[in-house]
Amino acid sequence: MSRDTGTDTAGMTFLESTPKKMLNAYLPLGAFLFVLLFPFYWMAITAFKPDNELLSRDGNPFWINSPTLAHVKKLLFDTAYPEWMWNTVVVSVTATFFSLAASVLAAYAIERLRFSGAKQVGLAIFLAYLVPPSILFIPLASVVFQLGLFDTRLALILTYPTFLIPFCTWLLMGYFRSIPFELEECALIDGATRWQILTKIVLPLAVPGLISAGIFAFTLSWNEFIYALTFVSSSEIKTLPVGVVTELVEGDVYHWGSLMAGALFGSLPVAFIYSFFVEYYVSGMTGSVKE
Amino acid sequence: MASVTIQGVKKKFGATDILHGVDIDIADGTFTVLVGPSGCGKSTLLRMIAGLEEITGGEIRIGDKRVNDLPPKERDIAMVFQNYALYPHMTVRDNMAFALMLAKQDKATIDAKVARAAEILALGALLDRYPRQLSGGQRQRVAMGRAIVRDPQVFLFDEPLSNLDAKLRVAMRSEIKELHQRLKTTSIYVTHDQIEAMTMGDKIVVMRDGRIEQTGSPLELYDHPANQFVAGFIGSPSMNFLPGILRRSADGLRVELADGTQLDAPPQSSGVDGQPVIFGTRPEHLTLVPEGAAHGGIPSRVVVMEPSGMDTFVACRHEGVELSAVFRERHDFAPGSTIHLQPDMKTAHLFSVDTGQRLAA
Ligand SMILES: Nc1ncnc2c1ncn2[C@@H]1O[C@H](COP(=O)(O)OP(=O)(O)O)[C@@H](O)[C@H]1O
Ligand SMILES: [Mg+2]
Repeated sequence: MSRDTGTDTAGMTFLESTPKKMLNAYLPLGAFLFVLLFPFYWMAITAFKPDNELLSRDGNPFWINSPTLAHVKKLLFDTAYPEWMWNTVVVSVTATFFSLAASVLAAYAIERLRFSGAKQVGLAIFLAYLVPPSILFIPLASVVFQLGLFDTRLALILTYPTFLIPFCTWLLMGYFRSIPFELEECALIDGATRWQILTKIVLPLAVPGLISAGIFAFTLSWNEFIYALTFVSSSEIKTLPVGVVTELVEGDVYHWGSLMAGALFGSLPVAFIYSFFVEYYVSGMTGSVKE
Repeated sequence: MASVTIQGVKKKFGATDILHGVDIDIADGTFTVLVGPSGCGKSTLLRMIAGLEEITGGEIRIGDKRVNDLPPKERDIAMVFQNYALYPHMTVRDNMAFALMLAKQDKATIDAKVARAAEILALGALLDRYPRQLSGGQRQRVAMGRAIVRDPQVFLFDEPLSNLDAKLRVAMRSEIKELHQRLKTTSIYVTHDQIEAMTMGDKIVVMRDGRIEQTGSPLELYDHPANQFVAGFIGSPSMNFLPGILRRSADGLRVELADGTQLDAPPQSSGVDGQPVIFGTRPEHLTLVPEGAAHGGIPSRVVVMEPSGMDTFVACRHEGVELSAVFRERHDFAPGSTIHLQPDMKTAHLFSVDTGQRLAA
């Protein structure tokens, strides 16, 4: 979804007449948006619908007649929701930060230091990313247990990098590759050390890449489910996705209102971060360094 | 400032030999141009001087210091890259100050040095701009400014003008030369363009396939090329080459072309009677034999006329060999007509067919 509609219009003259524009651009876009946004809408109205409206078959299911904050109140005061939120923030931020730091070093070394086996290391990191968490959580559980980290936040902070680092490393490798070699050679002649080249030349130029990697890592950790479900059991250590699902579904009773309220508030921080960085994010995914 | 000495320098990339033992003496304060066709190893040699490529064999000295194992920053050199390599996220001022900041010089010194470089290169008004806001010529000047502020022992240039349009290239050519005359810093300049080499260099090193073909001043190379490659590479339009047989007799030296045309050859040339040779003569050393004159010259069929106003370029063909001539006078030959061209014996050269070497005394 590029927002860059102002510039590259030369090749799009076929869109110019209004009926055609409707047919070719707005209709598909509208359908796309509807499919994407409808779940959010459903989530939002469910969160504020009183139970009797939720369960009744009468009336318009797509609208609320008498909105209520009861579900929100239950969520905030009768469950450990604020703690889940805090845990999720702590785990996501630290895991993202460590993963980014490690990935920057790994990606730079693989791309720019001439050592034999650089290619193979890059490939190995990619393969590590292909191992699905649904397989990896079993051996990891044993590791976590033996380290005595079971049921701590640290268990999550240390296991999330297993999928975050490969991902960020690959994203950053592509980004570093787009930075011209000559810039670094020039800095080398100017008297910079490797570390100075990294911090003063490469990282400032890779900011869009760092932001995309950061947002991605943050989102992945924020939404992570399997590890959080397996490695943590006390309510006050749980993360949002796990907490909401395990404590707001009691047997076959679904507390739909609170469940949806929890999901809604849980997705707001991520949406907020995305909207904040979207410019960088797009250029990080598509762009490269332009002189 | 310092001299640069390159002795028996070799370079391999993996198993491929790129440089096969190169010797160059570059005197302090001179402007030396490395010139040769694309891929001959000029950039590689320059990067070895800079410390960006390892030296496989031989020795490079800057001043009297052997630099083979020194990292770039300890060699006290500055390099201007083909695509300028300006740091995109820094202003012109910061680009120029970067090296000085890394060297931990104090702010006042840095400001003074940047201001001086900006004044030399007329960059004063651009100091707070970013590279993306500059034109090609301005970026080029910033790249030079970045080199100047460091006041290094040696400037290295790798095809710095090849990204500029033709007009700007000519202007920057004189600007770089003027800069050198002012600063007198030892400079090594790489280019594939022989005109740049001729107009800028105090000394030219012609390279081909990782070897040096000839070293000398521009006019030495022009007047006394060591071999057919240098003769053809230096000068534009390039030298004409006609295959023939050497005839040595009591009354002098002659070359007999395939069609029997006899040409006077430089009398001091070496070579034995009957040896196959290449007769070389530059387009501006051919004169037109007047209509009906007894003595021959080379009969040539006119292919294309290219009058430029200042002179007239004529492309001809003799027995399938391309031949070009440049006249100061204006002529108007009909394409397809035959003219007779007389080479100037004193400036002609003979080359061995086997080795390509000039047959000098
Ligand atoms: N890093 C490298 N690895 C392998 N071969 C290289 C490398 N750099 C240059 N070469 C080869 O070395 C030869 C000379 O290159 P170069 O010095 O760039 O030529 P030029 O005279 O055009 O500047 C070329 O054949 C090129 O392919
Ligand atoms: Mg080159």
